[in-house]
Amino acid sequence: MNDVSTDSYVTADGRTIGPTVMEMRNITLRFGGVKAITDISFDIREGEIRAIIGPNGAGKSSMLNVISGFYVPQEGEVWYKGKKRPQMKPYEVARQGIARTFQNIALFEGMSVLDNVMTGRIRQMKTGLFAQAIWKGKAEAEEMANREAVERIIDFLEIQHIRKTPVSRLPYGLKKRVELARALAAEPSILLLDEPMAGMNVEEKEDMSRFILDANDEFGTTIALIEHDMGVVMDLSDRVVVMDYGKKIGDGTPDEVINNQAVIDAYLGVAHD
Amino acid sequence: MNLAQTSQATEGLASVPALLKRNATQYASKAAYREKEYGIWQTWSWAEAEQEIESLALGLLNLGVKEGDFIAIAGRNRPHFYWSMVAAQCVGAIPVPVYQDNAADEMAYVLEHCGARFVIAQDQEQVDKVIDVQESLHQFEHMIYLDPRGMRKYDHHKLHQFSHVQEQGRAARDEFMGDLDERRAKLTYDSTCVMLYTSGTTGKPKGVVLSNRNVIESAKNACEFDGLNAQDEILAYLPMAWVGDFIFSVGQSYWSGFCVNCPESAATMMTDLREIGPTYYFAPPRVFETQLTDVMIRMEDASKLKYRMFHHFMAHAKRVGGDILDGKPVGFMDRLKYSLGDMLVYGPLKDTLGFGRVRVGYTAGEAIGPEIFEFYRSLGINLKQLYGQTEATVFITIQPDGEVRADTVGVPAPGVEIKIEDNGEIFYRSPGTFVEYYKNPESTASTKDPEGWVATGDAGFFEEGSGHLRIIDRAKDVGKLTDGSMFAPKYVENKLKFFPDILEAVLFGNGRDRCVAFINIDLTAVGNWAERNNVAYASYQELAGHPRVLQSIKGHIEAVNKSVAQDPMLSGCQVHRFLILHKELDADDGEMTRTRKVRRAVVADKFSDLIEGLYAGLPEISTTTEVTYEDGRKGSISANLSLLDTEVVAISAQKVAAE
Repeated sequence: MNDVSTDSYVTADGRTIGPTVMEMRNITLRFGGVKAITDISFDIREGEIRAIIGPNGAGKSSMLNVISGFYVPQEGEVWYKGKKRPQMKPYEVARQGIARTFQNIALFEGMSVLDNVMTGRIRQMKTGLFAQAIWKGKAEAEEMANREAVERIIDFLEIQHIRKTPVSRLPYGLKKRVELARALAAEPSILLLDEPMAGMNVEEKEDMSRFILDANDEFGTTIALIEHDMGVVMDLSDRVVVMDYGKKIGDGTPDEVINNQAVIDAYLGVAHD
Repeated sequence: MNLAQTSQATEGLASVPALLKRNATQYASKAAYREKEYGIWQTWSWAEAEQEIESLALGLLNLGVKEGDFIAIAGRNRPHFYWSMVAAQCVGAIPVPVYQDNAADEMAYVLEHCGARFVIAQDQEQVDKVIDVQESLHQFEHMIYLDPRGMRKYDHHKLHQFSHVQEQGRAARDEFMGDLDERRAKLTYDSTCVMLYTSGTTGKPKGVVLSNRNVIESAKNACEFDGLNAQDEILAYLPMAWVGDFIFSVGQSYWSGFCVNCPESAATMMTDLREIGPTYYFAPPRVFETQLTDVMIRMEDASKLKYRMFHHFMAHAKRVGGDILDGKPVGFMDRLKYSLGDMLVYGPLKDTLGFGRVRVGYTAGEAIGPEIFEFYRSLGINLKQLYGQTEATVFITIQPDGEVRADTVGVPAPGVEIKIEDNGEIFYRSPGTFVEYYKNPESTASTKDPEGWVATGDAGFFEEGSGHLRIIDRAKDVGKLTDGSMFAPKYVENKLKFFPDILEAVLFGNGRDRCVAFINIDLTAVGNWAERNNVAYASYQELAGHPRVLQSIKGHIEAVNKSVAQDPMLSGCQVHRFLILHKELDADDGEMTRTRKVRRAVVADKFSDLIEGLYAGLPEISTTTEVTYEDGRKGSISANLSLLDTEVVAISAQKVAAE
């Protein structure tokens, strides 16, 4: 089990990394007889960018699904903000302030970018269906406040020009950005990104990296991300967890991880018994 | 012109800050600036704008701006940067807007040349550029930025956030207000209003110094010319470093009190244009071309009914629309049909394009294709042309309502005198004539003579009858034929290049008795034709020598000859003989510049044998030319070229008649 950090420190580029906000304790996840995750423990600290890497089938997305409450592990505990998290539905997890994006884009294709991002605000909408239908007083004020928050995200991610465009008409790179916008609109305390840069060209990757760094810097959002591009991981993340065949084989700063023999073996391939 | 007189003429308003003060009283609650941000148009009234500018000016004093300092401004069109320019003027400093897409070294040149002590920058991108080059900038001291994103960790000793500067200014109001009033009071008609760098296609950029007189007089004249008033609206989207934007968005806006609207971002410009519906609009020809192409492509996808309706009514508009706009007599039935078309087609189309409310629109900068120009005019959009340059504070000539044509640039703007030298070069003198090129007395002297006449470098002539100026070419390229008639190659070449088959044309004839031409065919267009007509070819050279291609080009040239012959001054430029070159003119071979402008002298020298052949009347010639491949290796190609005669329209008879 990891030591829970309660202190803060300042990184070389001037960001403050706080104490542990989420902790995975001895997580094991099985699908029938297949062990997707075996006894993995790690923590995520407040304000940091935490990467989860590993070869295909290592269990990265499963791990992210455990964090977001989509999968319930057979063994182990998830601790969030100092408390053990009881078994929860994914929407209950989202309500706790954990937002995510998906490896395969999961937007409402027929809806405009603006409406898609607005759905990210669902957690902030308190008025009932009836009040919203009449759209007077409280419901109106609430929608205006939410719209303003959404517009700030749209401005932040520089997607003003596609505000009213249906998502189905957008190219892939922009869809990814819209998905990030929707996740950010929820004002999450932890943001989970499942391969935010998969299938992008260099320029799109650079843009996306900048948005991730800026989101972390401007909103203080804690970010856990899965990524294949090692260059991106090394540049962005504060700490990296490396998985292979459902097991944790490394954990530490990018420099530590890249020099770890088990990691090198996993990526370059060695004979398995 | 002495100061007392002109101050009277402009009601004692001798500077942009003075105009601001008037507007803040006279139009206090009227919108002065709008910017779309966070999806909503945010508005500042003239009174609010004055407050914003004043607190920024006080903040600048707080930072230690001295009179005569240069303050560079690097950003896209946002109200804050317009305020920055006026705030700089308020404290006696000189605003220098720079192109935001300049590379760091280009920006360094400008900052170093004017010795800017302060830079007001838009965002991290601009700030980083200045930080990159600040080592080499001797006078540079402080930078102010507008968008704080990504800069929290920057060293803030010399870096200040825009809103903080304003806050500090407000806090120090009591301390600095006296100083600010004193400096504002010192501004006269002769104080420098702004310094703008010319884009510098030839050599290093030059800093054009414009005084308050230049800016205010030009703005006033142009506003009166087109009847612009406080109710007008413009969309500010062209670079702030360009003189036109300064005159439209600062000069004319402050003079007449109209509102300047800033788009949300460059990418949303078209949507914002539509939402604002400006009444006064400027765009280079390229923008109009793109919009027209968009319309045509979208019509191709429209339903059959809409498609047919569009083309039916557009054909009608083409016939009578321009005349209706010009107030010429048009039959009742035609008018009726036009108003029906306006309801069904023109109105909705103008609305989609964002031109629904345009009263006055201008295009300038380069030649606009006549059919594009006519398209917009036939819709009832009062699109006009003007001719101007930075050194003239924009306006040299301008087209009055009702006298608009695609091939002229109009009559001299109010207060502008124009003379044309023997070589055809246009000179002007006006209240807008620039003060000087900063730190460059030689260039100032060679451009502006002691009497104030400025050389434009363009050649043109006044059309008899209408009194409109027509620009034909750059003056250095204009020559004479042996019979003394004018030789203006670009004029003819442009006409030739309107044909899609012709990629390039080079006309020769200076000092000769008649003109001959080299043609480059457009391989895409002609290749397409060849495919459709089962003409087999293996290379550019083979296609260029094909008899049917030669005949078709001959036809184009003869059509151009007919059109050139219409023009008594340029009828000598008709093409008598031509050939199609066996290779495409290429920048790698030095025949063109990298921006694809033909280097006449190089071409004339390299293909001198071909020119002699054309003049000698040979029917065929064989030649060898050296070529450079893309990897730098040299090779040569040889070819047998056919030299063809073309029909010309006899002009001697007309000349006699004219005399």
